[in-house]
Amino acid sequence: MAEIRIRGVAKSFGSFTALHEVDLTIADREFMVLLGASGCGKTTLLRIIAGLETPTKGEVWIGDRRVDGLPPRERGIAMVFQNYAVFPHLTVFENIAFGLRMKKMAQAEVDRRVTRTAELMHIEQLLKRYSGQLSGGQRQRVAVARALAMEPEVILMDEPLSNLDALLRMEMRAELKGVLAASNTTTIYVTHDQVEAMSMADRISVMNGGRIVQAASPVEVYRNPAARFVGSFIGNPPMNFLPATRAPGGWEVAGRLFPGPANAPDRIEFAIRPEDIAPASEGFTATVRVVEPLGPHTLVTAEVQGALFRAVLDSDSLPNPGDRLTLAPVPDRVRWFDPETQKALT
Amino acid sequence: MPRALPYLLLLPATLFLGVFFLYPFLQVAADSALRGGEWTLDNYRRMASHWKFSTAFWNTLLLAALVVPIQLAMALTMASVVTKLEAGRSTLLYIFAIPLGISDLAAGLIWLAIFEQSGFLNSILTTLGVIDQPVLFLSYQNTWVILLAIVLAEVWRATAIMMVIIVAGMGLIPKEYGEAAEVFGASRWQRFTRVTLPMLKPSLQTALILRVILAFEVFAVVVALGGTQFPVLMGETYHWQFTMQDRGVAAAFAMVILGISVAFTLVILRLLHVPKEARV
Repeated sequence: MAEIRIRGVAKSFGSFTALHEVDLTIADREFMVLLGASGCGKTTLLRIIAGLETPTKGEVWIGDRRVDGLPPRERGIAMVFQNYAVFPHLTVFENIAFGLRMKKMAQAEVDRRVTRTAELMHIEQLLKRYSGQLSGGQRQRVAVARALAMEPEVILMDEPLSNLDALLRMEMRAELKGVLAASNTTTIYVTHDQVEAMSMADRISVMNGGRIVQAASPVEVYRNPAARFVGSFIGNPPMNFLPATRAPGGWEVAGRLFPGPANAPDRIEFAIRPEDIAPASEGFTATVRVVEPLGPHTLVTAEVQGALFRAVLDSDSLPNPGDRLTLAPVPDRVRWFDPETQKALT
Repeated sequence: MPRALPYLLLLPATLFLGVFFLYPFLQVAADSALRGGEWTLDNYRRMASHWKFSTAFWNTLLLAALVVPIQLAMALTMASVVTKLEAGRSTLLYIFAIPLGISDLAAGLIWLAIFEQSGFLNSILTTLGVIDQPVLFLSYQNTWVILLAIVLAEVWRATAIMMVIIVAGMGLIPKEYGEAAEVFGASRWQRFTRVTLPMLKPSLQTALILRVILAFEVFAVVVALGGTQFPVLMGETYHWQFTMQDRGVAAAFAMVILGISVAFTLVILRLLHVPKEARV
């Protein structure tokens, strides 16, 4: 059992607060992605769990052991680093065996584990090479194999795919997901790439300004953002936001009346994802500014009462800049946010 | 013209090296093999048959064998400390490097002031009542004290040069390697021996070659502390050149120093060689 519990973990570097009392529980064998822009505290949180950084306060539990006072090697973790950290002076075999050697494991068991993980990562033909003779993608595989060979309870990954080119990243994404699911470990995976997060995670923790804004399944994070930040950060293009004012019988948004939250301040924000918008006979009047035909669909950037408004339309519709469209949101996909607290309203 | 330009730009430096290094070197080499205008090995025979030669030769090697390992260990320790520091790093580096700014003769004299009969060590021991009257530490009767004093002075004087090179080398090792080793179970000592040291090989090479060559050229410190009680190769070279006025034998001594320097340099290069594929 390797459930990870993070209780009130905070970290300051001098006067800068990198983490504000974070609470998070990661279930045994769960694939948790920490997602956020650079500087949001996701790497700091990962390094605190790894033991490479000491929290200013708070507790970290792995299984039934409190680990925040323990050195990394006593935490039952393995880690994949952003720049791989594949030792240049050791062969691929010795790199994968490094952690096993430190545990003084018998040679036969070292051979067995290195061979098995190398086969799993498809690098068995590279075992005699040095890291200087490997491509970035191969080094990445060695780094993952080295972590898997430890058969750890927890694998921590710090942006492991960010240094690979786009095509390789897509390939490794699917492969990593399969390998990690089969390994029965709890995984914490840090990334700033939302596609990576969405495609790999059981749950995503969206971080912003040293706080976890929302921790939920990818679909939940996408469909029901708990905060305005989540809606604007996840999704490409991001959510559309329009100001809404209380009116008799609902909320007035750009001249249209919508049913909405009852318990709310007088001025709130209306939000809709660009793909939840379709041309209709009644709806917002939008002035087209830019049209981007993307193949599967057409991305239209328009203006609704002076506010930026994007819509993902069928690839058959090719309006011209300056055209006026009538666009209607899918009613049950409309979300509302409080501009004061930034939180979602229901 | 552009093709010749690089060579043209290298010409002044090449000329300088040729005139002031290569030519005198060839001159010395020729001097060592010329006697009375004839090519001969007489100078070498004379040198080798002199009763002081073997002592000077082994003393020089012994000094290097004692001083260099101590300096290496200390330089590695000091560099590790300096690298770990977050504040006051450069201040400490400057303090460690102060002895570098003192000439070797001055360094020898400083340690002479400590060890001589009316020196600091004797006054302290007398004041404390450990001894009744000053002891003659640096006498021909206890050469090992002379050796100890020379080793101390050399370590004190020239450890920083190794440290500076090693600090620079340690700065080049990305932090992630140490962290990876830490996560994968290496203790502090294992991180040092399994990660830092192997990745430090190029800097160790430079530091060791520099230090070993300087150790074979040890002279002023030995003269200050041991006078003629502790003969070394460089001292004998000086003695034959200026006291004996025998240029040929002095040149032969110089060639011996050159020979062991080259030999040890090759050994160090070989031992600390990093194959191309295993470089960072």
